[in-house]
Amino acid sequence: MKLTLKIWRQKNAQDKGKMVQYPIDGIDGDMSFLEMLDVLNNQLIEQGDEPVAFDHDCREGICGMCSLFINGEAHGPDRLVTTCQLHMRKFKDGDTIVIEPFRANAFPVVKDLVVDRSAFDRVQHAGGFISINTSGNTQDANAIPIEKVDADAAFDAATCIGCGACVATCKNSSAMLFVSAKVSQFALLPQGQVEATDRVLNMVNQMDEEGFGNCTNTGACEVECPKGISLENIARMNREFMSASLKG
Amino acid sequence: MALDSKIPQGPLADQWTNHKNKINLVNPANKRLIDVIVVGTGLAGGSAAATLAELGYNVKAFCFQDSPRRAHSIAAQGGINAAKNYQGDGDSTYRLFYDTVKGGDYRSRESNVYRLAEVSTNIIDQCVAQGVPFARDYGGLLDNRSFGGVLVSRTFYAKGQTGQQLLLGAYSAMNRQIGRGKIKMYNRHEMLDVVIVDGKARGIITRNLITGEIERHSAHAVVLGTGGYGNVFYLSTNAMGSNVTAAWKAHKRGAYFANPCYTQIHPTCIPVSGDHQSKLTLMSESLRNDGRIWVPKKKEDAIAIREGRLKPTDLSEEDRDYYLERRYPAFGNLVPRDVASRAAKERCDAGFGVNKTGEAVYLDFASAIERYGKEQAYIHHEDANNPAVVKRLGQEVVKNKYGNLFQMYEKIVDQNPYETPMMIYPAVHYTMGGIWVDYNLQTTVPGLYAIGEANFSDHGANRLGASALMQGLADGYFVLPYTIGDYLSDDIRTGPISTDSPEFEEAEKNVKSQIETLINNNGSKPVDHFHKRLGKIMWNKCGMSRNATDLQSAIDEISALRTEFYAEVRVPGTASEFNEELAKAMRVADFLELGELFAKDALTRNESCGGHFREESVELDGPQKGEAKRDDKNFTFVSAWEYKGEPKDAVLHKEALTYENIELKQRSYK
Repeated sequence: MKLTLKIWRQKNAQDKGKMVQYPIDGIDGDMSFLEMLDVLNNQLIEQGDEPVAFDHDCREGICGMCSLFINGEAHGPDRLVTTCQLHMRKFKDGDTIVIEPFRANAFPVVKDLVVDRSAFDRVQHAGGFISINTSGNTQDANAIPIEKVDADAAFDAATCIGCGACVATCKNSSAMLFVSAKVSQFALLPQGQVEATDRVLNMVNQMDEEGFGNCTNTGACEVECPKGISLENIARMNREFMSASLKG
Repeated sequence: MALDSKIPQGPLADQWTNHKNKINLVNPANKRLIDVIVVGTGLAGGSAAATLAELGYNVKAFCFQDSPRRAHSIAAQGGINAAKNYQGDGDSTYRLFYDTVKGGDYRSRESNVYRLAEVSTNIIDQCVAQGVPFARDYGGLLDNRSFGGVLVSRTFYAKGQTGQQLLLGAYSAMNRQIGRGKIKMYNRHEMLDVVIVDGKARGIITRNLITGEIERHSAHAVVLGTGGYGNVFYLSTNAMGSNVTAAWKAHKRGAYFANPCYTQIHPTCIPVSGDHQSKLTLMSESLRNDGRIWVPKKKEDAIAIREGRLKPTDLSEEDRDYYLERRYPAFGNLVPRDVASRAAKERCDAGFGVNKTGEAVYLDFASAIERYGKEQAYIHHEDANNPAVVKRLGQEVVKNKYGNLFQMYEKIVDQNPYETPMMIYPAVHYTMGGIWVDYNLQTTVPGLYAIGEANFSDHGANRLGASALMQGLADGYFVLPYTIGDYLSDDIRTGPISTDSPEFEEAEKNVKSQIETLINNNGSKPVDHFHKRLGKIMWNKCGMSRNATDLQSAIDEISALRTEFYAEVRVPGTASEFNEELAKAMRVADFLELGELFAKDALTRNESCGGHFREESVELDGPQKGEAKRDDKNFTFVSAWEYKGEPKDAVLHKEALTYENIELKQRSYK
């Protein structure tokens, strides 16, 4: 395949940045999208140019490190995959592909396609945990039976990989899907009940402080989420938030 | 220096308890005066950092990713073992201990493994208390499944994402401590040296991967939870960033490196598709519970399949060779990983491979779908003789168990595994070798500890499935936090460690000069070029099957490649910016040294054990003909290598392994 790439280049956080066009040839349908970028980068290095910086690590869709806005969609045109799982067979010979970083005020660009998502970590510091020390003397794991439907729903919420596609996709740059996934996981489990009030208030408060926008229920986040995290989680978080606010 | 494993006295079952009762403790007020550095935030590093902070130590934690949640433990799929015996199938601490030692082909330390089995049950309790959503049955209790090489169901799981859920549990425990200021987290930092002051590890040198700044960090002790070195093969199931650098720098500063040649080649990975391949994807071993592995019985059928003239579903049962079931009737498709991998290689080398490269075998779910479908039809009073009904119901069950794995396979290979068998081939997955540690998990450098995959301790020459997660969390939650106190109890009056010493100066200079060399090298080839070539040498000559001639030539070739790397590599950009090529170059430079030591270790160990298969050491006749042959008389020891400059000059130290509770036997899974 022969393709034209239009890629966002930005030297560092201070630089203004611009789109730069690169032709590329010899791309195989079995390559992953990031392997296509590897090919480009090795060509650039051999020509004496600077390679394109992008985040990636596990390359199997679970670490959440890779990002990229591809032709206007977070993680590209395929559904329920991250960019590293997107394969070039989804494109055609002669296509032009536009590649940009995940854009949001809360995710400043570090370099080229790399952004700073530490705001997500700070939201988790505010309450994304159950306060239990390591002792080895907690009660037996089977002491509290948990209904399978609840355990499964908690698991589904907990599969969020923290990639930020929801924020990048949302026209308001809202982080509601990300935050609600963690709030829901604990809200659905008996272990999470003790601190439920503080958790939701603290996490939502931190989310607002980080500069994420508000949710207007467009549902774009759910469509683009590579793990299929459901909008129901946002509804659940709103419920948790309401009842926590009433408790004060 | 003689190796002292510091194994406690007394009967095996009492050793850990007695040891904990006797070692020194640090009182809570004094813990506040002590700093600990933890490098790596996977299951081992993350759980250790959180627990040390809970105890009251000041922790500084480092990871090269943009968040601790991204460490590669997250990609572990299948599950975590624990001797809970919830299924009532005869499991016990002793059995888990026995299976681990046997699975490791009698090349691990009895005392360490027993302790691992002992604390395994605490891990499950701890993780459930943290809110880890393990799979449950309809009664609301925890579900289990079985894994390769064992005869009980002791594996706890969260679909095919167990590593993710456990890591997010450890990450949440870290987050609580970060929020309280007890852990200072350094993301996007790479450790590039250990600083030794007066013979003790007292700090590290790091590079800030965003700004390029070289930083000094001091502490009273340094813990490495930096994972394995499978990426020395270039293609592996490890993450792209997984590297040996931290461990290798520790080795260069005096930590012995143990059993570098013990590598696990995992049987169920997605085959290589072409030269562009940057990494390999594992399909959880749990698939072998329900999938049957086969190749065509006739070579002409294999050729027809490779050429696309025949489909696997066209072959009748009689024309299929379920070679694991044929060769190992007792364990069948559930033989340990090393055995399954070698058997796949044997069939493909003999010309029965089923994809265009000839390096793939089938993993078939058709029988499982039929079996489950009939079961469900019976339960739901549907027609068990209607193939369409059976298939639909069976596929639902399989989807519930392995849905995410099937989806992943389909995305990568572009084939539907519910309809046609999966293709799999072995790939490098885990390294049992690592930094040598004693019973306290301390390396040969006082104050320097290694935990999780980074150390060598518990898996011997081969690791059982679902035991990596268990070991990482055992080390981090339940072992290191106790044993490190014994060492730190001497440091309560030391006060903060200064970073203005000549030792920090020297280490920083050393790092800066290595960076200068690479940045200013006006070569012409990218780092990947050298990494790929190193990987090819490793895979072809130090892979699933090894012999003296190949290993010697690997040593020579890697040494020559290293020279070429320093002459020809091109690292664009500058040192004072985000520069991934520079980070890669630093890592590959270390792989080029480790690779040579790896081959040297494999050459020295002239026996077949676990994942290390020497062609010179096989059973010559009898029912085990052709199977690996261990040599207990000459090789019942740990090889611990001391750094002396070039890898070829490394000096071998032997830690003899003694077995008082288990009788050494040749493994048989027939």
